[in-house]
Amino acid sequence: MNRDTIPRMISYGHHRYPGRLFVVEGTDGSGKSTQLGLLYQWLKAEGYPVFFSEWNSSPLVKDTTRRAKKRRLFTPTTFSLLHATDFADRTERNIIPPLKAGAIVLADRYIYTAFARDVARGCDRAWVREVYKFAVKPTVGFFFRAPLDVAIDRIASARPVLKYYEAGMDMDWSDDEEESFKMFQGKILDEYDHMVSEFGLTAIDATQSIRTQQRQMREIVGRYLKEKLKEKVVLPK
Amino acid sequence: MKEMKFYGTALPGLEIEPYSGKLIVIEGTDGVGRSTHVALLRTWLESGGHAVLDTGMTRSILAGRGIKDAREGHTLGRLTMQLYYATDFADRLENQMLPALRAGFVVLTDRYIYSAIARAVVRGADPEWVRSIYGMALVPDAVFYLRMRSTEELAGRVLGSGSGFDYWESGMDLGLGNDYYDSFIAYQKQLLREFDRMTGEYGFHVIDASRPVRRVAADLRRAVARIIEEEPANSGKESVKVESPEKIKSTAVPTLKESPRIDSQEKAKSA
Repeated sequence: MNRDTIPRMISYGHHRYPGRLFVVEGTDGSGKSTQLGLLYQWLKAEGYPVFFSEWNSSPLVKDTTRRAKKRRLFTPTTFSLLHATDFADRTERNIIPPLKAGAIVLADRYIYTAFARDVARGCDRAWVREVYKFAVKPTVGFFFRAPLDVAIDRIASARPVLKYYEAGMDMDWSDDEEESFKMFQGKILDEYDHMVSEFGLTAIDATQSIRTQQRQMREIVGRYLKEKLKEKVVLPK
Repeated sequence: MKEMKFYGTALPGLEIEPYSGKLIVIEGTDGVGRSTHVALLRTWLESGGHAVLDTGMTRSILAGRGIKDAREGHTLGRLTMQLYYATDFADRLENQMLPALRAGFVVLTDRYIYSAIARAVVRGADPEWVRSIYGMALVPDAVFYLRMRSTEELAGRVLGSGSGFDYWESGMDLGLGNDYYDSFIAYQKQLLREFDRMTGEYGFHVIDASRPVRRVAADLRRAVARIIEEEPANSGKESVKVESPEKIKSTAVPTLKESPRIDSQEKAKSA
């Protein structure tokens, strides 16, 4: 009945789990989700226990986020904090338990997405990093780097209508959605570039062919895999 | 007018400008009578002509409902819970408290960041981490900490209120005791310890809440009157007598005649 029985929060870089955590980052249209999907198939085929974790996926927070986006209730600070809430739920539910069990966790977008977006929206760099201090440091963080015009072309062809927050329209940089989107993505890309050395991200040139990128990715991931990871977890069918 | 001061980094995009309102915080553990005293103060202030906004945890438009739903399911992880509360707080700070303070309101808040910090720390969160998340908080004009002498007394109050023990207020998520009572006592003891620790750090005015409501209310009025008096010459020219419950000297309080101070301020601005 005292505080020592309650587990203390563990800070970034200090978690020690038998599993592996691989995350992909990059601007919209960089092709990171495609690459992570291919990696997933490969790991599964190789017989590893693999879990998938996506950005914005907490069932506890989903309704609040959806409503806030629809009704445009967010400020940069609440946008940041609600996404951190979502991420915390993901961490407590879908990331730490499988890592403890020795599985491989693949995350589509991670804390670096928040750092890039929130700072682009004007949040303080140090503050945002502090908010996410509880996050598990990934085994490898991949950053798929695509030049701004390439990314914008890819998105424009895939999705004709830009969403309000995605385009950074809440910042009043421009009345024109496309213009605003370009400015926002530009700022995000700057932030990513800074983070490569700050967090030791592994940059992959996203203008290469899909197969080439996947080969590079598998080669790097392969360095952290051990046969015994396969035995650690039995996945329910 | 008073300069805005924040505990840490101010909110992004915020214009830091002097404000004419007052931010008054009523803090304390569960069951000490915070909401009763907020209600009493509100009536008293309004009858003295002050525009009042009252707010409290989980009352934000953005996150209030989401938190309540999550609490219902008892499925909130420890860190998730702290960040959900921080989201709720930020929404209320930006969209309710700061605008009201700029418009000259007295903002009465039932709990502020201190309860959030205490709850988080008791649940194993890094104290520095929680404090820096709440660095966005405006330093209030006053924090009144309603303190009960013992947790057993608190339990009595909670039972007396008729609603019984609540899962979260009893800290049932922490596994501190076999039943709600044991857990409540153990949990509230830890919260009290955190509050006591923060008393010096944040300069709480400690008010002994074990006394009858009337006595506590009188102390609060006296103290609040002093705070509101601090800068009397700001908008209202007239003064009224504050109904003095006990030994309060008649205090000059700026009044709002007909329309609130917002009006006179706006006029002043446009002039």
